[in-house]
Amino acid sequence: MTTVAVRPATMAQALTRALRDAMAADESVHVMGEDVGTLGGVFRVTDGLAREFGEERCTDTPLAEAGILGTAVGMAMYGLRPVVEMQFDAFAYPAFEQLVSHVARMRNRTRGAMPLPLTIRVPYGGGIGGVEHHSDSSEAYYMATPGLHVVTPATVADAYGLLRAAIASDDPVVFLEPKRLYWSKDSWNPEDPTPVEPIGRAVVRRSGRSATLITYGPSVVVCMEAAEAARAEGWELEVVDLRSLVPFDDETVCASVRRTGRAVVVHESGSFAGPGGEIAARVTERCFHHLEAPVLRVAGFDVPYPPPMLERHHLPGVDRILDAVGRLQWEAES
Amino acid sequence: MTVMEQRGAYRPTPPPAWQPRTDPAPLLPDAEPYRVLGTKAADRADPELLRTLYARLVHGRRYNAQATALTKQGRLAVYPSSTGQEACEIAAALVLQEQDWLFPSYRDTLAVVARGVDPVEALTLLRGDWHTGYDPHEHRVAPLSTPLATQLPHAVGLAHAARIKGDDVVALAMVGDGGTSEGDFHEALNFAAVWQAPVVFLVQNNGFAISVPLDKQTAAPSLAHKAVGYGMPGRLVDGNDAAAVHEVLSDAVRHARAGGGPTLVEAITYRVDAHTNADDATRYRGDAEVETWRRHDPIELLERELTERGLLDEDGIRSAREDAETMAADLRARMNQDPVLDPMDLFAHVYAEPTPHLREQRAQLQAELEAEAESEGTHR
Repeated sequence: MTTVAVRPATMAQALTRALRDAMAADESVHVMGEDVGTLGGVFRVTDGLAREFGEERCTDTPLAEAGILGTAVGMAMYGLRPVVEMQFDAFAYPAFEQLVSHVARMRNRTRGAMPLPLTIRVPYGGGIGGVEHHSDSSEAYYMATPGLHVVTPATVADAYGLLRAAIASDDPVVFLEPKRLYWSKDSWNPEDPTPVEPIGRAVVRRSGRSATLITYGPSVVVCMEAAEAARAEGWELEVVDLRSLVPFDDETVCASVRRTGRAVVVHESGSFAGPGGEIAARVTERCFHHLEAPVLRVAGFDVPYPPPMLERHHLPGVDRILDAVGRLQWEAES
Repeated sequence: MTVMEQRGAYRPTPPPAWQPRTDPAPLLPDAEPYRVLGTKAADRADPELLRTLYARLVHGRRYNAQATALTKQGRLAVYPSSTGQEACEIAAALVLQEQDWLFPSYRDTLAVVARGVDPVEALTLLRGDWHTGYDPHEHRVAPLSTPLATQLPHAVGLAHAARIKGDDVVALAMVGDGGTSEGDFHEALNFAAVWQAPVVFLVQNNGFAISVPLDKQTAAPSLAHKAVGYGMPGRLVDGNDAAAVHEVLSDAVRHARAGGGPTLVEAITYRVDAHTNADDATRYRGDAEVETWRRHDPIELLERELTERGLLDEDGIRSAREDAETMAADLRARMNQDPVLDPMDLFAHVYAEPTPHLREQRAQLQAELEAEAESEGTHR
């Protein structure tokens, strides 16, 4: 038996591997989008797929997102399993009608006769110095649309496992890829990829008894840093990585909050009518008698995504998270 | 080095030779809509096909009348009638083979029924007991699409997928004149042409997008001319001439099946009824215009051709009408039965498995229904 070294790999590499393995395992899996073929995608996530599987299975489409998603719907109706790439978060908006009016409800409107096994990959979020329209956190729109699963990885291993699960799902999955984590590395063995992760289960990334940070995607690493820094303040923070926004894992989240009695939701998306409002409401409805303080939100401001030279003021950072933790009515304990 | 010296090293040359990527001439539609009935072309039309078309058109018109009557009786929430457009509706279904797919818009119930879908199931959307009442795979008919032109890229994707799998499948997608202004119309035609997908796009230009006439919709010479911009042929046909529509669509389907790629067909027709039973067409058009089109009626045109050529007599006409009445009586009887509804169906097909969140909401509705049943029992 040979031992394969566990090497650092990037999230982008894990995503490429997931696509490649899915395509090799199932010839109905087709990758399509803008620049995904010859170029391998602007983030190189589809690198090598057209070479290995042919341009018919990894297709450079015309530049039209509604057309990309709309034709993918037709392909899924005929039994293919398309994986669509939307080049950037804000470039996915032209496909919104197809997503909301067809993708999300085809199974429902046909009483289950016509499910759409579709994966829609969307690079999202800020922190990469992108100019206007390259850094949106659009998850709230997708979460508010019944019929879609909404998934976002925060680790290299999850990027592989969740993308495999998304492609294998018979329901449409909006797969949100945190752009700023594409080049982040952690130890992951590409020769023995992590098993497919179930969609719909959150995971406790760090245990602690003082308060729970509920977060996902690009904000997970920030919360991990905040939890480390919080030790100096005497707080042991628990970090819950949601991984799946729809379905929402109330069980894992509430179990954590019941243990700690305090919670802060952290995300880049705006706070007004954002995911944090829903999460805070769910936690409050389910864990009210365990709560020592209101559930707080640390989010992007409710402004159009800022220009790159100002984005650091917008994105939730360690200090803002710790300030929120500090406002969780600790005086009641003393 | 001076600027002049730098420039000396640069020698302008002409760009690579330019030429059109496709010869546009064969793609252009004819100057006039193609006609068969009342022309020499009718001589070579198959009498059996003409008789079939006639019977199906009479049937279709009766279906429209019956469905509109059902709205007045409260049995249908709404009905967008295709009266006056039966030639397009019927021909679109008849030109397809068993394995082909039809992608209808919301006004195309007749085409859906002509393709073989149960007449009651085809009305599920408009009765309101569910959205799509039929299994799309059974007759290869996509759900009636209410959002305009959004079904067109689906047709392209399905036809493309079938070709990838090596299957002999053509998709025929239906849209109205208003729908051609939508972005999805453009994107679908562009994708279809780039992929050379086996698709036929049938635009029924019935003069109005609810109330807005075509001259406020487009400045194109014709809707068929739009095809040239995508590199596919555009064909113009008299949409009230069933034989002509059948021939043009058949040619387009054959062309697609043979690997020739997509075609855009514009059928010139007229929406004789209002947009739906909820619309008042007198607010935006005059009786004279409607009357002009009533004198170019698809059924009358066909009936005249058939009777003049001795292919149809009084008995034939009566028999077609009687068949239509039988269908209408059956439709009436079945539609007058209340549909069986199960409120729990709301949660049954949102996902393959309901999410925990939906299971909670399902339980809530279940409890409400039980409480309701209990209180009804108490009051009785």
